[in-house]
Amino acid sequence: MVIAVASGKGGTGKTTVATSLASVLGPAGQLLDCDVEEPNCHIFMNPELHTSVTVNLPVPVVDMSRCSRCGTCGDVCRFSAILLIGDEVMTFPEMCHGCGGCTLLCPEDAITEGVRALGVLESGFAGPVEFVHGRLRVGEAMSPPLIKEVKKRIKPEKTTIIDAPPGASCPVIATVKGADFIILVTEPTPFGLHDLRIAVEAVSALGVPMGVILNRADIGTRDVQHYCDEQGLPLLMEIPHDRTIAEGYARGELLVHAAPRYRERFVDLLNGIRDLAFQPNDRPIEATS
Amino acid sequence: MKEIVIISGKGGTGKTSLTASFAYLAQDCVIADCDVDAADLHLLAAPKVLHEEAFHGGVKAAIDSTKCTQCGKCTEACRYGAISDDFVVDPLSCEGCSVCFHVCPSEAVILEESLNGRWFISESRFGPMVHAELRPGEENSGKLVALVRNQAKVLTGKSGKTLVLVDGAPGVGCPVISSVTGADHVVVVTEPTLSGMHDMKRALELVQGFNIPASVIINKYDIAPEMGQRIQQWCLEKQTPVLGLIPYDAAVTKAMVHGRCVVEFENGEVSEAIKRIWENLISQTTS
Amino acid sequence: MRIAVTAMGKDLDADLDPRFGRALYFLIVEPNGSIEEVIDNSTNINAMQGAGIQAGKVLADKKVDVLLTGHCGPNAFKTLNAAGIKVGVELRGTVREALESFNRTEVKFASSPNVEGHW
Repeated sequence: MVIAVASGKGGTGKTTVATSLASVLGPAGQLLDCDVEEPNCHIFMNPELHTSVTVNLPVPVVDMSRCSRCGTCGDVCRFSAILLIGDEVMTFPEMCHGCGGCTLLCPEDAITEGVRALGVLESGFAGPVEFVHGRLRVGEAMSPPLIKEVKKRIKPEKTTIIDAPPGASCPVIATVKGADFIILVTEPTPFGLHDLRIAVEAVSALGVPMGVILNRADIGTRDVQHYCDEQGLPLLMEIPHDRTIAEGYARGELLVHAAPRYRERFVDLLNGIRDLAFQPNDRPIEATS
Repeated sequence: MKEIVIISGKGGTGKTSLTASFAYLAQDCVIADCDVDAADLHLLAAPKVLHEEAFHGGVKAAIDSTKCTQCGKCTEACRYGAISDDFVVDPLSCEGCSVCFHVCPSEAVILEESLNGRWFISESRFGPMVHAELRPGEENSGKLVALVRNQAKVLTGKSGKTLVLVDGAPGVGCPVISSVTGADHVVVVTEPTLSGMHDMKRALELVQGFNIPASVIINKYDIAPEMGQRIQQWCLEKQTPVLGLIPYDAAVTKAMVHGRCVVEFENGEVSEAIKRIWENLISQTTS
Repeated sequence: MRIAVTAMGKDLDADLDPRFGRALYFLIVEPNGSIEEVIDNSTNINAMQGAGIQAGKVLADKKVDVLLTGHCGPNAFKTLNAAGIKVGVELRGTVREALESFNRTEVKFASSPNVEGHW
């Protein structure tokens, strides 16, 4: 089963929820941190990372000795990554989206594929929990291809928790697509509600069952609860604002360590999600110590 | 004309709330909300839209089933998994690369201009404002951000204002790059947590890669003063000015609930800290 | 000699457009001021990315020798360089005034881009 943890607004508690779920799963679980621009799960899980792989995007390399200067490459490229200027074909690898069009369509087979490094994918274990994250190279604009590489590590026999980037645009869609359930984390403030609506609208098109977790649930108004009622969105959990938890978070401490009473709540949450996502053949999860 | 961009690396550190307070204190600026993915500044600025335009970001492919022979060349060529087994293009996955259009032997692929969002020129409580909404799920390539910034600059000319304050996006990807290139100064708002420090470093790395002067604000610093100290120490070593520290205060949320920024809502410690920081920012950017 | 000037309008009295890739128009002129061609750049203004590169290609295809503009980013600069087009920057005023600067050999020709990359 794959559970994605997303939010419209940043800083609402996605990583807190994702790492809590992963730690109660123990050996049955995987944690994939797909917030590749600013991955934070490793701060709380402290994984031993034994593998690091550079993830690349294919970009065109032109053999000018075969080039007939027809200009087809530039004509088909929608991203201005390759074009014929005078007698030379110029490439702009940082503009390339890796679609392979120029390579495929060159009538002289003059184009092969080189690489642009997007970032790294690192994997290992945090205790019994399998851990994978992507870290985008700073200065690299495109995160979806790296996110997709991280998601290739999903093991169907495990329960996979995916920490998504904040927002509602394409990196988020690339992350949550194909999940069995999406948790949307928010806070009870006007920004929190506004961005929750945007996130709900963005992921609704995917047809994946969703639920909401309300973090720092007592700092604002009850508008989020009303919204969930209106929309028929299950409100899965309310986490009150708690200075001890905030201080633990600041130190990089897992919520379930700073406040062990939450272990059971997250086990219940997992079982509740299974029911909502209709996974009748899976066994209920037992709390791990 | 001076342009100050406020980013955070990590989301939720208070960038938008602070941008609103700065706009209020500046009294005389154009504001640009470049967090087009999850724009919130308008909730405090209460803009009255004067001009609105559609934003087209690229194209999306669509397959005309009456011409499609189901040969499968498109599916084979598509690197984004955007074409289903029954030859329907998923617009959320379509990257608009047009390869399917070029390989289709039956001319069954149509490329349609993609409506990605809308942008607005408004008059707000803080002055002229440019903002936008990306359609949920759409690509945030940076083009809409660039458009918002350009429009804000044009507005300074028209309105006689000399300062643009930009509310940026979280992260370090496309939209953030588009928010900061060419700016006069970037402020990174962080919080005293390990995550906050980690993300602040990446955001600063991005900004410094573009040779833009930057400074840091530590928000909610009393949640973990030792962590706050570590961040200050790190900034000192890297010669990145820390404009100031702001304590955590429920007043900020209270103000937000009332559609206000905190400096117009109360006169406590938080507001005092923000006012001092604003003075610091002005002197940093005037030298 | 074919000179391209980035412009906000279609004649010599129009203001010079300080942008290159997303300039409103390119006026192709002779040094004596006769207008050879007016190019509407609206396709590039709306381009998702790569406006500077595409604008460079337009000028290369039109066999322009010199560009007069305000600023030019790195991708546009590379493209113009590859096409052998000299890039005059930091110009202001009207198209006519830019041309006069050129004729008085007062134009600053860039040896590198004078702004950061931008969309």
